[in-house]
Amino acid sequence: MGAMKFTKDHEYVRVEGDVATFGITDYAQGQLGDVVFVEVPKVGASLKQGAEAAVVESVKAASEVYAPVSGEVVESNSALEASPATVNEDPEGQGWFGKIRLTNTSELDALMSEADYKAYLSTL
Amino acid sequence: MRYLPLSTDDRSAMMARVGVDHIDRLFADIPHDKLLDHVLPLPLAKGELEVERLLAKMAARNVPASSVPFFVGAGAYKHHVPATVDHLIQRSEFLTSYTPYQPEIAQGTLHYLFEFQTQVAALTGMDVANASMYDGSTATGEAVLMAHRITKRNKAVLSGGLHPHYGDVVRTLSHMAKADVVTMTPDLHAKENLIAAIDDTVSCVVVQSPDVFGTLRDLKPIADACHAKGALLIAVFTEVVSLGLVASPGEQGADIVVGEGQSIGNGLMFGGPYVGLFATKTQYIRNMPGRLCGETVDAEGKRGFVLTLSTREQHIRREKATSNICTNSGLCTLAFTIHMTLLGEKGLRALADVNHANAVALADQLAALPHVEVINEQFFNEIAIRIKGDATKLVDRLAHHGIMAGVPAARLFPHQGLDDVLIIANTEINTADDRAALVAALKEVM
Amino acid sequence: MLNRQGRPTTPQSGASDTHETFTGNKALQQIEPLIFEIGSTDQTGVDIDPPAAYRKRLGTFERKAAMGLPGLSEPETMRHYVRLSQKNYGIDSGLFPLGSCTMKHNPRLNEKMARLPGFADVHPLQPQSTVQGALELMDTLAHWLVTLTGMDAVAMSPKAGAHGELCGLMAIKAAIAARGEADTRKVVLVPDSAHGTNPATAALIHFDVRSVPVREDGTVDPKVVAALAGPDTAAIMLTNPNTCGLFEKDVVAIAEAVHKAGGYFYADGANFNAIVGKARPGDLGVDAMHINLHKTFSTPHGGGGPGSGPVVLSERLAPFAPVPFIRKTEEGLQLVEDDAEATKHGAHPFGRMTAFHGQMGMYVRALSYMLSHGADGLKQASEDAVLNANYIRVGLADLMSLPFGNKPCMHEVLFDDAWLKETGISTLDFAKAMIDEGYHPMTVYFPLVVHGAMLIEPTESESRASLDLFIATLRDLAMAAKRGDTARFTGAPYHAPLRRLDETRAARSPVLKWTPPQPILEAAE
Repeated sequence: MGAMKFTKDHEYVRVEGDVATFGITDYAQGQLGDVVFVEVPKVGASLKQGAEAAVVESVKAASEVYAPVSGEVVESNSALEASPATVNEDPEGQGWFGKIRLTNTSELDALMSEADYKAYLSTL
Repeated sequence: MRYLPLSTDDRSAMMARVGVDHIDRLFADIPHDKLLDHVLPLPLAKGELEVERLLAKMAARNVPASSVPFFVGAGAYKHHVPATVDHLIQRSEFLTSYTPYQPEIAQGTLHYLFEFQTQVAALTGMDVANASMYDGSTATGEAVLMAHRITKRNKAVLSGGLHPHYGDVVRTLSHMAKADVVTMTPDLHAKENLIAAIDDTVSCVVVQSPDVFGTLRDLKPIADACHAKGALLIAVFTEVVSLGLVASPGEQGADIVVGEGQSIGNGLMFGGPYVGLFATKTQYIRNMPGRLCGETVDAEGKRGFVLTLSTREQHIRREKATSNICTNSGLCTLAFTIHMTLLGEKGLRALADVNHANAVALADQLAALPHVEVINEQFFNEIAIRIKGDATKLVDRLAHHGIMAGVPAARLFPHQGLDDVLIIANTEINTADDRAALVAALKEVM
Repeated sequence: MLNRQGRPTTPQSGASDTHETFTGNKALQQIEPLIFEIGSTDQTGVDIDPPAAYRKRLGTFERKAAMGLPGLSEPETMRHYVRLSQKNYGIDSGLFPLGSCTMKHNPRLNEKMARLPGFADVHPLQPQSTVQGALELMDTLAHWLVTLTGMDAVAMSPKAGAHGELCGLMAIKAAIAARGEADTRKVVLVPDSAHGTNPATAALIHFDVRSVPVREDGTVDPKVVAALAGPDTAAIMLTNPNTCGLFEKDVVAIAEAVHKAGGYFYADGANFNAIVGKARPGDLGVDAMHINLHKTFSTPHGGGGPGSGPVVLSERLAPFAPVPFIRKTEEGLQLVEDDAEATKHGAHPFGRMTAFHGQMGMYVRALSYMLSHGADGLKQASEDAVLNANYIRVGLADLMSLPFGNKPCMHEVLFDDAWLKETGISTLDFAKAMIDEGYHPMTVYFPLVVHGAMLIEPTESESRASLDLFIATLRDLAMAAKRGDTARFTGAPYHAPLRRLDETRAARSPVLKWTPPQPILEAAE
């Protein structure tokens, strides 16, 4: 399994080859509360880093999820639409949102490592 | 002042407790030169009796519908409302409650909203309905914006049979929201070719049935043409009682159904408040505006109801909300629900039957008059006639004779060549004597 | 002879209150089914004679399919909805301190007046000669509204507050277009403390929303506004008094900054009730403001509507007001309903907000309230509302935390949840515990600029004794929270018709209407 990288908006990516799996972090799901709806990215969509890629909603909050990296969506986790609770139960595993084929691997360099992200969380 | 419980002594004692020696110290943030130092030039407080006298005098200058033979419709209809309805909606716990944000102490409201949503879905033949909108016209405006969100297109086609006020609301909203609207010309004979106007840039087609002239429209071919081009059919009605006798818009293929619910439970009220009905298919729920009530359970597993899917709404999504609306038509919705419960399917069908029978009777009588042409072939409880001369003048003259003959089409479509057209509504309130009086008066003045 | 009818009249101590009943009911608290579970499609509560035989004129559109709409007889209907009403809390049930919602007394005179046949039973499209009294009522209410606000005109037709906002912003958009600046002035400034409708309304008609941060003291800084405003600025939307319960003390400078940049000042009038008769928005530089008749002027909230949101307009915006509007002529009052007629009289209406003329039923109620209070009583009502809020503030300031310090507030007082830190009790828990004490909770988690907000608005309708009991209750709850009586809060409410409801379940798999249980479905097939 590839190493994980993180954004300040609490998205993660896990890179395997040229495909990055992304979702929201455990911290993010905790802040949102019980997730009730997820709009996953459309397969075939081409996303730019930082653009809106998905929407996640709890009862009292809605958040946009931004593409952590640029590329084409090659797979999306449509199972979340039927069972959004997976995002709470296993955000960084079964609760992934989509897979992006990277167009610019250097974008990864700007993201945080797991240790950096942990340090970042402690400042919040 | 009878509505203010604080006495002068209370006020002094409370100011002392708060630590101010003058009430204006609490208004100190208002710039000193803007704080009013006088009472505004308006009348001073009055007792209940004086207020009643004043308002009764104004009310007496109007002619109530129930005092004359009354045939005015075109979007608002005079129906009989059972006494039970008005009694129940004046129960304090309904009348003086707020939007049910604390569901544990608002189950009364939530429970009837759930009943209302179910009733509206059943009537319209759709999967889901929301907890109501302001009225039929604003519901239509919201439906058009919703269609744009779903189709990601922004052009609406409006039938020439759509109530022109509804059309104006859609055009105003669309103009401001930079969306396109194609409006068909006023369509007295239901002859317009809407299908030719549908191409793959069109987001939705808006068709009213019965239309503003009373004619029942065939929605099915328009729905099929819409779907072939990836557009949605928005079906509109202004007379909800028609649904008791006419095939539902859902059966005919509509994607969004909106309409005015005033006829059930609500009086004429000079135009408001009314209750907008809004229904759609399950797959569009998340694009739907307005409040939704949903079923759930409490901590002990007992059934209860809550407002739900509120992340579509302005108080959470702010500029990303599906609509800016934060109100439904609460008490009017309750009146609708109670009246519909009293009616039931059996009563609604019977009511619709009487309405239609009365309209058919009047249409036959009018058709027999010289110089009168009845326009409609198929209709519910409203018809349009063409007369010799100016319909506005005719209506004014008949009003002098104590008969409210209908709505001159020119009041809704000024300067569009419909000066000789009169729109006439017939409901269960119209007796054979009323119809005879209208026919006799028409004979006399024409 | 011995009378044997005597029986004990002193209560015996008996079973505990957890005793379960056969029905599940608890005396006045009754479990009520849905009409779909008790009614039938053959039952009806109305008697309608079928018409004599006639030939239908429905073409091919006659309904064949059943609707599945149950009916109930009149007594069953009455009982069903009375029982439902008993599950609701209203202003008439007790203190309803819902901040920014102004749950004041709803006088029943208003209801009686709105039901006079001359108002309730007139059609919006009757000949105008037959509704002169209705037009007079609208015109009189309009006069009160422009006088109280110091503005030039009023657009009466908006159906509720948010609809009024939309109307005001549309007038601004039309005025900007008339200046030839439609393509350049597209930004609306909205403070972070604003109600969610403000940005939603601006976005709906394609303005770009620019947030204005709120400064330390909870108000907007005119210097910040001046820096953010420019040639791209269409308007600012400012609520005053604001949602933190504070009067924007620099409102004049804010108005000047926006006007200097060429923009308009839209005021959200949701909190106008604090300053009626004390200050006029027109004197503060406001160009447009909606008035919630259901808040400030006591028309009932009705469980979520109907509202009414007339918009007062400055001289600069008045010509753009939507149709319809009323004009005085020699023959009486004229309702101008279409653009062509409006243009004849020098107006440039931007369009139409709604079918017909607005919320007449609400107009009658609001005018009935105004006439009752008079100019003097309205001013007194504002003062009492503000005094009552401050009385609560000083009564609770030592126990609960005030985010902007213990200083005078307007008609509502805002606390945050800093004082609950370490207790394990949230703002929501505290609110739910208030339900058990017989109160409706305050507004919670709004405004968003304050963490765990609790916004309390007592209104002028509360007596001193009522406020004293409320303060004592909240003090008792606050002390219980601080001493760790957590269960009283986290499990609350215990005594409401239902315990806390599962909102997650409702949203995850929405059930938005009743569907027949499976066996019935099969039987119907």
